[in-house]
Amino acid sequence: MLKNKHLLGLENTPAEDIQMIIDTAFRFREVLERPIKKVPSLQGKTIVNLFFENSTRTRISFELAQKRLSADTVNFSASTSSLKKGETFKDTAQNIEAMKIDAVVMRHPTPGAPLHLTKHIDSIVINAGDGTHEHPTQAILDMMSLHEVFGKINGLKIGILGDISHSRVALSNIFGLIKMGAEVTLCGPPTLIPPYIQDLGVKINHNVDEVLEWADAVNILRIQMERMGVGLFPSIREYRKLFGITEERVKRLKKEVIIMHPGPINRGVEIDSQVADSEQAIILDQVLNGVASRMAILYLYLGGKSELN
Amino acid sequence: MKVTQSNKSLLLKGGKIYDPVKGQYRNEDILIENGKIKTIGKVTETNTMDVRDCTDKIITHGFCDIHVHFREPGREDKESLATGAQAALAGGFTRVCAMPNTNPPLDTPESIRFIMEKQKDLPVHIHPIGAVTKQQGGKEMTEMASMKEEGAVAFSDDGLPIADGQVMRLALEYSTMMNVPVINHAEDLSLRGDGVMNEGKMSTRLGLPGNPDISESVMVHRDLELAKLTEAILHVPHVSSAKSVQLIRAMKATGAKVTAEVTPHHLYFNDTALENYDTNLKVAPPIRTEEDRLALVEGVKDGTLDCIATDHAPHTIEEKEGTFDTAPFGLIGLESSFGAVYTSLVKNAGVSLEQILDAMTIKPRQIMGFDTDLLMEGKEAELVVLDIKREWVFEKTHIYSRSANCPFVGEAFAGKPEMVLNGTTIVEISK
Repeated sequence: MLKNKHLLGLENTPAEDIQMIIDTAFRFREVLERPIKKVPSLQGKTIVNLFFENSTRTRISFELAQKRLSADTVNFSASTSSLKKGETFKDTAQNIEAMKIDAVVMRHPTPGAPLHLTKHIDSIVINAGDGTHEHPTQAILDMMSLHEVFGKINGLKIGILGDISHSRVALSNIFGLIKMGAEVTLCGPPTLIPPYIQDLGVKINHNVDEVLEWADAVNILRIQMERMGVGLFPSIREYRKLFGITEERVKRLKKEVIIMHPGPINRGVEIDSQVADSEQAIILDQVLNGVASRMAILYLYLGGKSELN
Repeated sequence: MKVTQSNKSLLLKGGKIYDPVKGQYRNEDILIENGKIKTIGKVTETNTMDVRDCTDKIITHGFCDIHVHFREPGREDKESLATGAQAALAGGFTRVCAMPNTNPPLDTPESIRFIMEKQKDLPVHIHPIGAVTKQQGGKEMTEMASMKEEGAVAFSDDGLPIADGQVMRLALEYSTMMNVPVINHAEDLSLRGDGVMNEGKMSTRLGLPGNPDISESVMVHRDLELAKLTEAILHVPHVSSAKSVQLIRAMKATGAKVTAEVTPHHLYFNDTALENYDTNLKVAPPIRTEEDRLALVEGVKDGTLDCIATDHAPHTIEEKEGTFDTAPFGLIGLESSFGAVYTSLVKNAGVSLEQILDAMTIKPRQIMGFDTDLLMEGKEAELVVLDIKREWVFEKTHIYSRSANCPFVGEAFAGKPEMVLNGTTIVEISK
């Protein structure tokens, strides 16, 4: 049994639950390798994908996970919704729930919005990203991918590179990795690293070469071009020079480092094509593990037994 | 809460009277007739008197709050002068100063007159604070002298900090003619950025944009230097950070005419209370860390922070039940004020009762130039009766504001105002 009714973030998810989700995800991963990739686990359950912010990969990943589990799904996106007519968050949530559903998968631009949602509805809430707060399913798929390569998470040295300040992926990864016993070092310009982040148990190093040399794996975050205009860093040219994961940089290393990226990738900005497409990059495994992880999450949170047949 | 008007003789029997002017207690009865104090001393009961047993109760000056938002004119759906007055009475207040960030703002003599006219028949004395600049625009000075003539007691652009140092300097210089305080919401807006809570470990954990403590302290520092330069009266509102307390303490030591206030919510909560994204704790300046909170307590103890003011800021349920980023800044605090202050300062931090009574009675009156010698025969009654032994839980039913955005609901308090006498108005506050 999981401790929490909802998956709002990894900060409040116990390590045992994260482990259980990852273990279950590996079993679903096997399902995904079969010719018939569908199981009846969530037949009769209704899940609403409530996306108040654009998303392609997370949404497709969740939808596929839901379909593979035989759940009924409905999609809602803010751009086509009643929000444009001035309906409040509370009314949108309560109206959808009144139609008798079992769970909501929500992406929202505001930190804390999923917690807020749990106060208005009884359904299970799965956070698919709340602003700059958490993105727990991404962190779980990242940890599953690390587990796949290394057979463990405990004791691993993980670098998280790039725009930490504006990244929910970073925060969930930090909470999850620390909890599972990994060491985490953040790397990026000081203007893109949030204040007081060391209080969460991570180290900071602005020298990317040192971090690459130290780490077993690095998770490279997308650099959003719009951060440049407001003075958070001066230019792509300088960013690449200081932090870009270039082919030369990787070649110089004395050992191999696993390359991860939550996507979407800016090729030639935070990572070179040659690196992204190399053997040591597990970026596409992460995508596949994303579907498996989300299957496991939906299955476990929606009342599936931990023993999967 | 029961509010009645009575010209009858009212006898407060057997109470312990605290006179903040003398800083002394005395055990006497108080007889009030036609809304005025007739006798302070031993009074023999007659059957025409309405007698209230005040044994074990403390009687002192009615509380005075120099920082409230009553939203009239413009946002009467949040609060009006009349509903704000009820909230004030429920908190033990007889006198308040209303901030000018109404719609339109109080930036003309006429708008000051409007408030003065409307408050005349209300059971609480409401003094308007005028805007420093037209439209609170931070550029052109208002007709301060004429506004003072109409009844403005101080000047402030309230929630909108005066960013331009020269405008602030000129306003301070001009204000020296009127000898009234200028109050500047001290926040450097560029440093605040889009911060919605204190910048710290909590904001990082919650993924919310942080507002650093220095956004306040750098502005406080500028204002203190300007006050010293211009020899004007500066009042620093709602001090929230340890750094600001230190700067004010240092400037006061030089003899500058500077005063400062602190809110009950900054004394009571720290930023870990925002764990669940409670929009009722979204306030400007933000609730800061425990170290900051302790520095504020220390500031009250050593007198660096002169008075308590609530910054009572009503907002609608609709606005506050949205997500954290969309909710407006502000919380209501009149009704919960004494309980929160007594609990956080006297009960939990060993501050003396007299000190917090001074900070809620005589100190704010001194800052605004109000009459302070209230416990005298012949004076209009302006009193509060307190039960400091009372343990209670603050509930929604204690709220008389038109709004309910109060983070104190559910908090266990010690110390409670029981009764207010304001002229002929007699208020029995809800249990």
